[in-house]
Amino acid sequence: MTQAIDQIFVLTKHWLVGLVPVGAQPLCSAILSVAAIIIVFATLFAITTWLERKGLGRMQNRYGPNRVGPFGLLQPIADGVKSLTKEDIVPITADHAVHFLAPVLLVAASLMGYAVLPIGRNMVLVNLNAGVLYFFAVGSLMELAVFMAGWSSRSKYSLLGAMRAIAQMISYEVPLVLASIVVIMQAGSLSTVSIVNMQATYSGIWPHWFVFTPWGFAGFVLFMVAATAESNRSPFDLPEGESEIIAGYYTEYSGFKFALFFLGEYIGMFATSGMAITLFLGGWSAPFSFSFLTWIPSYFWFFAKLLALIMVFIWIRGTLPRLRMDQLMNLAWEFILPMTLLNLLTAGIWHFMPAGSLRWLVCGSMVVVPCILLSSRMKHKKKLQVRIYHYSE
Amino acid sequence: MIGEGILKGMAETARNFFGSYVSKDRLVTLQYPEQRDPQIEAARSFPFLVCDGGDWQQAMRCVACQICEKECPPKCIFIEKSKDKKPDANGKLQFYPAVFNIDISVCMSCQICAEVCPFDAIKMDVDHDLSSDDRFGGLLLNKQRLAKSNEYYNSIHPTEAAAVDARLAGERARQEAKAKAAAEAKSAAEAKLAAATPVQPAIGEPR
Repeated sequence: MTQAIDQIFVLTKHWLVGLVPVGAQPLCSAILSVAAIIIVFATLFAITTWLERKGLGRMQNRYGPNRVGPFGLLQPIADGVKSLTKEDIVPITADHAVHFLAPVLLVAASLMGYAVLPIGRNMVLVNLNAGVLYFFAVGSLMELAVFMAGWSSRSKYSLLGAMRAIAQMISYEVPLVLASIVVIMQAGSLSTVSIVNMQATYSGIWPHWFVFTPWGFAGFVLFMVAATAESNRSPFDLPEGESEIIAGYYTEYSGFKFALFFLGEYIGMFATSGMAITLFLGGWSAPFSFSFLTWIPSYFWFFAKLLALIMVFIWIRGTLPRLRMDQLMNLAWEFILPMTLLNLLTAGIWHFMPAGSLRWLVCGSMVVVPCILLSSRMKHKKKLQVRIYHYSE
Repeated sequence: MIGEGILKGMAETARNFFGSYVSKDRLVTLQYPEQRDPQIEAARSFPFLVCDGGDWQQAMRCVACQICEKECPPKCIFIEKSKDKKPDANGKLQFYPAVFNIDISVCMSCQICAEVCPFDAIKMDVDHDLSSDDRFGGLLLNKQRLAKSNEYYNSIHPTEAAAVDARLAGERARQEAKAKAAAEAKSAAEAKLAAATPVQPAIGEPR
């Protein structure tokens, strides 16, 4: 019974695929999986917009949306209708083809990453043996889409936003990949499925998630910081900083294309969060191994973790102000990149040292000490000088 | 250590988040169409025309002198003076505005029209729920939509309206006294004239 609940979607798909002729089965199977992913994550996008507006509202002591439906739950539908019925304005000097393709490519690129995300036990679209590599490769397509949007709009704000976005996304792509390499080193595999399987074992009640090791914890935090920057979310939302450059690279977009940008950005955020869950938080595995918890299906744990990470994203957005460009770059190159490089070394030492408290001590201090040193250096470099006014009092 | 301030800030937002569910005092938002703040007396939105009770057409204080139309900085008032005269609230024959339109999409709520009006006929309203699905007709207020009673004026700006009423009552009393005095003088003169009448033929007589 437990097995049946856990595998219900897999079994349903097998049954559905079995209904069509053998020749059409691979195509039918792919279409079913892709449709399921698109529907589920687009729905999650709608729920997240509502959650985000409610959460931010409460953090600012407001109610948030409360007019459309009970507790404003139908707000995403109202937003969707609004963006669908709005006029689609394209600047007359814009490169029409590229201007049209940019949001499409963004959504397509952000959806492609889901192909290798194990959402539940046996629930992965393709078990690529280079899954993590594939994920980061298609993730970097989003940068192209953003630059296409900024370049084709023929607007100075769009171009400035695109420039910022490219600078930021390329800078944070490096630590993002480096932070995940520690897991690949430990797991010895690039396949997301085997990475999750490796973490879904338990000693006592505690799982072997990679986040419960010094290098894994550091890697997770660094990965999440880089993922925030990759998805252009606050406090790294310089590419669309409203107060500075209108809306950045999508200044010239309106109507449903604008909504597609939002969709693409959120879907991309879910994908990177899903990758963080896969790499560090044990994917679909349960956080404790209690026998009375086994009836909870694996996909439930995946989505619970995903929602928890989304909450953290919202929480951070409600807390932190936007960084300045130089602060953003300093953080990437002076703190996160050295930390990820050192983390590689820590993971190697962890692998070759015998298990025990000494290993914890050595690897823990290898994470904490550089962190303190690097942050104090960054603080030291911050020169606060008294401004001298030459022409006034 | 990096991130200390971030954690402090996140604790603060978390406190706000949960606090807003616990204490209602934190949620200062007024649910506008259902709940409203009490109206501030000095508030003003757009002008309206004061009527002294009864039929609004009859009782309008405006005599179509067109001073407000000329003074209006954004030129949002349009008045057409009547050809005939009608008795006003005091029974005196006056011109009246055949057409009186204010385009509140142009009006800037400067109150100059209310200040220049010698008849206290145009005053500032406080009504601000004026959104309309017709951006031209819905925001062009005609005479009927502009006409509001003096009681309404008293209810929205009590202090100002009381002063205006007192002034108008004083003026009316003065006018009545003047009229009475004039009538008395007239009747006295008539009486005198009547007394003098018998002599008149004598005046007319050639000497």
